[in-house]
Amino acid sequence: MRFSDRNLEPVWEKVQAGERLSRDDGLRLLETDDLLGVGRMADHVKSRREGDRVYFVINRYISPTNVCVLSCAFCGFARKKGADGAFEYTVEDIVGMVGAEVREVHIVGGHHPDWPFEYYERVIAALHTARPEVQIKAFTAAEIDYFWRRSRIEPKEALTRLKAAGLQTMPGGGAEVFSTRVAKLLRYTGKADAERWCEIHGIAHALGIKTNATMLYGHVETLAERVDHLLRLRAQQDASGGFLTFIPLPYQVGTTRLVERPTPPTDNLRTIAAARLLLDNFPHVEAYWVLLGEATASVALHFGADDVNGTLEDERVQHMAGAQTPAGLAREQLFRMIKDAGKVPVERDALYNVLQVW
Amino acid sequence: MNVGVRVCEPVLAMLAEIRDKALNGKRLGRDEGRWLLTEAPLLEVGALASEVRFARIPDKVVTFVIDSNPNYTNVCVTDCQFCAFYRKPGDPEAYTLTVEEVLAKVAFAAGKGATTVLLQGGHNPALPLEYYTTLVRETRRRFPQVTPHFFTASEIQTIAEVSRLTVGGVLDRLWEAGQRTLPGGGAEVLSERVRKRIAPKKGGPSAWLEVHRAAHRRGFKSTATMMYGHVEQPDDLLDHLDAIRELQDEAGGFTAFVPWSFKPGHTLLEKWVKQVKGPNVYLRMLAAARLYLDNVPHIQASWFSEGKPTGQIALHFGADDWGGTLFEENVHKAADYVNTITVEEITALIREAGFTPAQRTTTYEILRTC
Repeated sequence: MRFSDRNLEPVWEKVQAGERLSRDDGLRLLETDDLLGVGRMADHVKSRREGDRVYFVINRYISPTNVCVLSCAFCGFARKKGADGAFEYTVEDIVGMVGAEVREVHIVGGHHPDWPFEYYERVIAALHTARPEVQIKAFTAAEIDYFWRRSRIEPKEALTRLKAAGLQTMPGGGAEVFSTRVAKLLRYTGKADAERWCEIHGIAHALGIKTNATMLYGHVETLAERVDHLLRLRAQQDASGGFLTFIPLPYQVGTTRLVERPTPPTDNLRTIAAARLLLDNFPHVEAYWVLLGEATASVALHFGADDVNGTLEDERVQHMAGAQTPAGLAREQLFRMIKDAGKVPVERDALYNVLQVW
Repeated sequence: MNVGVRVCEPVLAMLAEIRDKALNGKRLGRDEGRWLLTEAPLLEVGALASEVRFARIPDKVVTFVIDSNPNYTNVCVTDCQFCAFYRKPGDPEAYTLTVEEVLAKVAFAAGKGATTVLLQGGHNPALPLEYYTTLVRETRRRFPQVTPHFFTASEIQTIAEVSRLTVGGVLDRLWEAGQRTLPGGGAEVLSERVRKRIAPKKGGPSAWLEVHRAAHRRGFKSTATMMYGHVEQPDDLLDHLDAIRELQDEAGGFTAFVPWSFKPGHTLLEKWVKQVKGPNVYLRMLAAARLYLDNVPHIQASWFSEGKPTGQIALHFGADDWGGTLFEENVHKAADYVNTITVEEITALIREAGFTPAQRTTTYEILRTC
């Protein structure tokens, strides 16, 4: 393979040999002008692992509430209790939201000041009883940590009880960027930090709960902080091994306006590709179309991504933060993204069991 | 399912051969073109196109033009299947602007800093030659900073028929009035089969090619476009690229190649097109064109028709030009496709992709680096 940036050649040697990339390699991938060089290496890795397969899941995002005690500077979703636009759903509301074809529900919400842990437990139990065939992916490590902060329920107990109620996997949110500098700057020191976030995922993995991981990038973080974040996830995966997917989340400028402009599509592609190359122990890397937009998500399937997430009929969190993409894409639209890239759509469940090759 | 290394030996050999040809001024053959358009790994095509782009245009500069794209009439007798813009003569929604109304649009564009006005319209048999020549002359006179980039090939033909002149005769009159460039629209796909199917009254590929040949011989510069994503097959696209490449060898007046995907909204062709072609198909088309059209200087990324993300990514797939601001546009709008941009946004998007933005003229001379 020829690179317009010769500095990528030693990285390519390692990729071909299946050697682990270093922090310096990671920086090189994010700093180079040779976007397609990074993409081609990531495509090589993705193709070796998954061929032309691209996964999707028919799922439903549910936020029980947007009421949140935190004031993270990047978040356009959270509201204070009683504020305009604040919402709080009942257990019945939530059960009613799950449509007939849904295979997976994804439940993430604000850190509500009053709700007891038992409420969350009831949500999971009621959903599981009403729709036993639907897989439940619920509560970020930040929320699990909050159950301890608010109700003094240890993560292990919380996860054990939630699992008993029907929880199957955990989403990867709440990681933001693993950097105390950025956490202070963006006022998210009041939630699980890198150590705690990883600890909770480790506990989940030990309990047999598979999880995802994310990184919120494209705001005030440095490229080195992105690399360190990815390496921290890689180390955790070495230790506990239960991550299924890494999902890079480009920051949405929306109303929080931490930066003037969203990070560009070329940076989104580069970040996805770098993640695929650095996270050699993660089974999947996702192009989350709701945040990337359809075009970039579709092209990202050539830059190392092997998943586009799902149908997401009601993605309130990102929608209220200003994502331009329409909230409800039908299966045909997912096909369009996957087929334009010349890939094979594979419908999966939350655990990546193949349901149908389309 | 294909699990394994994507870029295997025969693919590498083919890529190496194409690279060798492209970098050493040797022409790619039709089979190579077909492979690039269909099977070749997308990012390999893109990387090769980018390498060739920098071999020809070494500076990490991406140009753009400040322009507007108004229309003087939507009256048209040609009934193209892909068009949502036109109205038949007498239709309640039919319109034809007066010379002064068109010039007001030129004034609007000039007021926003435009150096190019791309003016095109339907094939309206009611308009005399003087209408067109007056538009050119008055634009030149009143707005000397604006290049009148007026009238596509099929409009020139219509003018010739209406005024009982030859195409060359019309071009001579426009030249006298001060016109020096022609827009490249109306080519669609330059294949007999495709044009018969989607634009039967426009004539075969030679109709479009003749006008550009005659124009280039007179010293006009023009662009070449291609609208794909409807009924064409890869061989139709190759017919198109071959035709452009041959005419450029002969007459040499093309400044740029500009492909875009068909937008089916409200067109007669809509029900026949199952899937609109998306970003990956576009990037492949652009990169293959950069490699195949070895004699066309510039390849334009179309943020307008493909969206800004794809436009930006295209700069890494062999494109060296961003196109224009398109302050006014009505043809895509008629197909429910709307997209707008500012100069600030253009320069930001180019810069964010790793390039230096530069404002250019209609004929690709750089006016200022931003």
